[in-house]
Amino acid sequence: MSTTQDAPAPAYTKKDFESGVDPRWCPGCGDYSIINQVQRTLPAAGVPRENIVFVSGIGCSSRFPYYMRNYGMHTIHGRAPSFATGIKLSRPELQVWVVTGDGDALAIGGNHFIHACRRNVDLKILMFNNRIYGLTKGQVSPTSEFGKKTKTTPHGSPDYPFNPPALALGAGATFVARSIDVEGPHLGGVLKAAQDHEGTAFVEVFQNCPVFNDGAYEFLADKASKADTQLRMEHGKPLLFGKDGKKGIRFNPRTVTLEVVTVGEGGITEADILVHDVQREDPTLAFMLANMGATPGFPTPIGVFRDVRLPTGDEITWNLIDQAKAAAKKPASLTEFLSQGETWTVK
Amino acid sequence: MATQTTPSRLKVAEVEAVTIRFVGDSGDGMQLTGAEFTRASALAGNDVATFPDFPAEIRAPAGSLAGVSGFQVNVGAKDVHTPGDTPDVLVAMNPAALKTNLADLKPGGLLLVNTGAFTPGNLEKAGYAANPLEDPSLRSKYRLIGVDMNGLTDAALAGSGLSAKEVARCKNYFALGLLQWLYSRPADQEAESIRRKFAKKPELAAANLKVFEAGYSYGETSEIFFERYAIPATKLAPGTYRTVTGNHAAALGFAAVAKTSGKQVFFGGYPITPSTEIVQELSKWKEHGVVTFQAEDEIAGIGSAIGAAYAGALAVTATSGPGLALKVEMMGLAVIAELPIVIVDVQRGGPSTGMPTKTEQADLLMALFGRHGEAPMPVLAAQSPADCFWGAIEAMRIAVKWMTPVLLLTDGYLANGSEPFRIPDASELPKIEPRYATAPNRDGKYMPYLRDEKLVRPWAIPGTPGLEHRVGGLEKDSLTGMVSYDGANHELMVRTRAQKIRNVIEDVPDVAIDGPEQGDVLLVSWGGTYGSVRTAAERLRAEGKAVSHVHLRWLNPLPKNLGAILRRFPKVLVPEVNDGQLAFYLRGMFPGVDPVSHTRINGKPLRVSELVEKVHQIL
Repeated sequence: MSTTQDAPAPAYTKKDFESGVDPRWCPGCGDYSIINQVQRTLPAAGVPRENIVFVSGIGCSSRFPYYMRNYGMHTIHGRAPSFATGIKLSRPELQVWVVTGDGDALAIGGNHFIHACRRNVDLKILMFNNRIYGLTKGQVSPTSEFGKKTKTTPHGSPDYPFNPPALALGAGATFVARSIDVEGPHLGGVLKAAQDHEGTAFVEVFQNCPVFNDGAYEFLADKASKADTQLRMEHGKPLLFGKDGKKGIRFNPRTVTLEVVTVGEGGITEADILVHDVQREDPTLAFMLANMGATPGFPTPIGVFRDVRLPTGDEITWNLIDQAKAAAKKPASLTEFLSQGETWTVK
Repeated sequence: MATQTTPSRLKVAEVEAVTIRFVGDSGDGMQLTGAEFTRASALAGNDVATFPDFPAEIRAPAGSLAGVSGFQVNVGAKDVHTPGDTPDVLVAMNPAALKTNLADLKPGGLLLVNTGAFTPGNLEKAGYAANPLEDPSLRSKYRLIGVDMNGLTDAALAGSGLSAKEVARCKNYFALGLLQWLYSRPADQEAESIRRKFAKKPELAAANLKVFEAGYSYGETSEIFFERYAIPATKLAPGTYRTVTGNHAAALGFAAVAKTSGKQVFFGGYPITPSTEIVQELSKWKEHGVVTFQAEDEIAGIGSAIGAAYAGALAVTATSGPGLALKVEMMGLAVIAELPIVIVDVQRGGPSTGMPTKTEQADLLMALFGRHGEAPMPVLAAQSPADCFWGAIEAMRIAVKWMTPVLLLTDGYLANGSEPFRIPDASELPKIEPRYATAPNRDGKYMPYLRDEKLVRPWAIPGTPGLEHRVGGLEKDSLTGMVSYDGANHELMVRTRAQKIRNVIEDVPDVAIDGPEQGDVLLVSWGGTYGSVRTAAERLRAEGKAVSHVHLRWLNPLPKNLGAILRRFPKVLVPEVNDGQLAFYLRGMFPGVDPVSHTRINGKPLRVSELVEKVHQIL
């Protein structure tokens, strides 16, 4: 199949990735900020526009492909990873993005999501997490907080929520990250890292739904307090946060937990603070960090949890195909192929 | 291939055909024995048709009635269309096998029994109060020959160093040796086959060969047989042949598509009985342009295929009833997006898990109508194991030509049954030439739903600059493909998609009538019942009855000339392995035509004798 993969990509700008169709999200929806960052990120990769495919399922987030000037499929609720996997395995030269939401990816699509993570097929999975069902107008989602009152849980949600990065790590994802819709530059950086990663890249984006779940991430976005509530993880740097950057995360080997400490208090020095390492192959520490935000008194980590290079599902598939081709002495004719095994001739 | 036989003390009687059923415990190797006898018969130039019948449990308790596994083969000098109704020869390896199969044996038929397995324990497991072999009525009704295959196998392998369990597993080769001798098959070919099969375990190859030879010689020396048989070679069309099962043939068909088109064939699916062999075979053929993907479930299987189709591959999925139910929403997406994929439904007994290893034709109406919204698709059905090859290729040709999902129906009987397959030349295969769009089609823009005169939309694939576009499950504008909630546009799109599928009629050949153009009864069949119904019609005409037969390969669209043919016959009989689905469909499609429905839903193919009897009744 003809592609332009070998030709240098034109020098794109953000505009080259706008389909010209005006997005129809609600005013103030976090999705606007996310698509803006995606369109800013794509030019840098140098991938021809026609070699990029956006695949989505169903939900507010899933309208995304219509607004991108690339190839795209708007598919079935929860199933986007399956289409994306077929595209990528069939045509590994394409760059394939999945755009999904918390309901799409983690409820109806939970099975496809975890299997995408474990296969490590080179897909970029962006999950917009607004902790609510928006398109159906406000029902509880798999990431809604326990006890949350929604239209289907008027007395409060009886379900415990998923922690998406922890789920992705548990399923073996080689790249796991989190950002926030309103933190444009941070989100852009995370998207770039996801784009550069080879293998399944999962990005959770905290996204505000101004209509059905407004203010869900106020605690992280509020300018006055965010230095204390956000932990910005950066590879190779100590996990420090707080207004003066003195608070940090320490691993306590006795309790096998992470704890918040303050540099300069009780003999704590910067040497006690964990240095973030996204390339650590063992995902245990990343998993501990992913779970940290749920604990009172701990900041919510944003940034890249894990970025490990392992052979991708599409590489493995095509290596096997190439090996089979190399092992076949010469291409068999149709008749030779069909005549494998025992035959007899009738004259 | 010439039939060489060893010199024998016995005269060799020529017979036109024989139906043999091998039955034993699931662990007794009856499938292998049957397959090997079939292979030897095919190599001897006979036409063959087989029917493996096994339980869904991999290993039901040994010796139990539930654990009986059988393999029936019909070997003939003339065209063989079916595995035969009732066996002429029953080879029963234990009491449970005898109990569950004896009623099917023809009166006077040869009953060959492994007496070594008729122990008190096994008799009890089979529910026999007394040893049935000692019942004089058995001997008066059948030609009973008891052979202690257990004991003779033990004796043949005395001192071999194999464990008792390994020795016991060789006894099917004793039965095979005996039958190969009885039907004058050369012993040396089997030796080659055994060496190949056990190439990695030479000690087992030697043991099985020894037991096979013991069985073969036993026939010659034991003086329990008074004659041997030979079946003359069939006059098949000239060519090179092999035997294939339906699933193997379907897989060969898809691989042949990859080879002849030069395009990637992408299979995405999930294992489900009785379709699994299709992907198992395809996954071996990576060097032939086939990419296979075993998904996490049935839905993801077809989803990956639709994704690959969007990316330009010739995409396939295969499943059986429960999986088809799971794929329904995906098929609707393929219909509305107008992407070419083939869905193979290897039908099995349903509903729900039903009878996974037994055959049925009860997915017809689901295949035709089982989607939400107006979602028509072409539907074809293969008619014999080898025809699954041609069905696979035709389904893909139609999918690509018309940019539509296509359903190919086969069934458990075709999937596991086998017959000779004439290996075609590449020139006999229809051409499949996807024409990917390369340039804008309207005022410098690409309109993904701008159709040609046949209403087919163009296929632009990722990687093509300038044709970037989006497809999806929302109703789309009739040109741009962008989301449209306009009622008039929706109606236009629904009607256009339906008309496109009606237009497929140009690829549907008129049905041929087997038998007189006009007569008293017309038999109408579809799918896997072809062989039984064709044989019944032939038999009835041989009796002088004015009976004709029409077999439907195409279920949607139906052939143009079908209505006129149905109306020409005073009586139309529709035999099916379901509760009358084709009869129902024909009544709706051809008002005034009211077929007699003959149905059987017992997990087995239709019997020729019951069809003949049914026609006698209605004549």
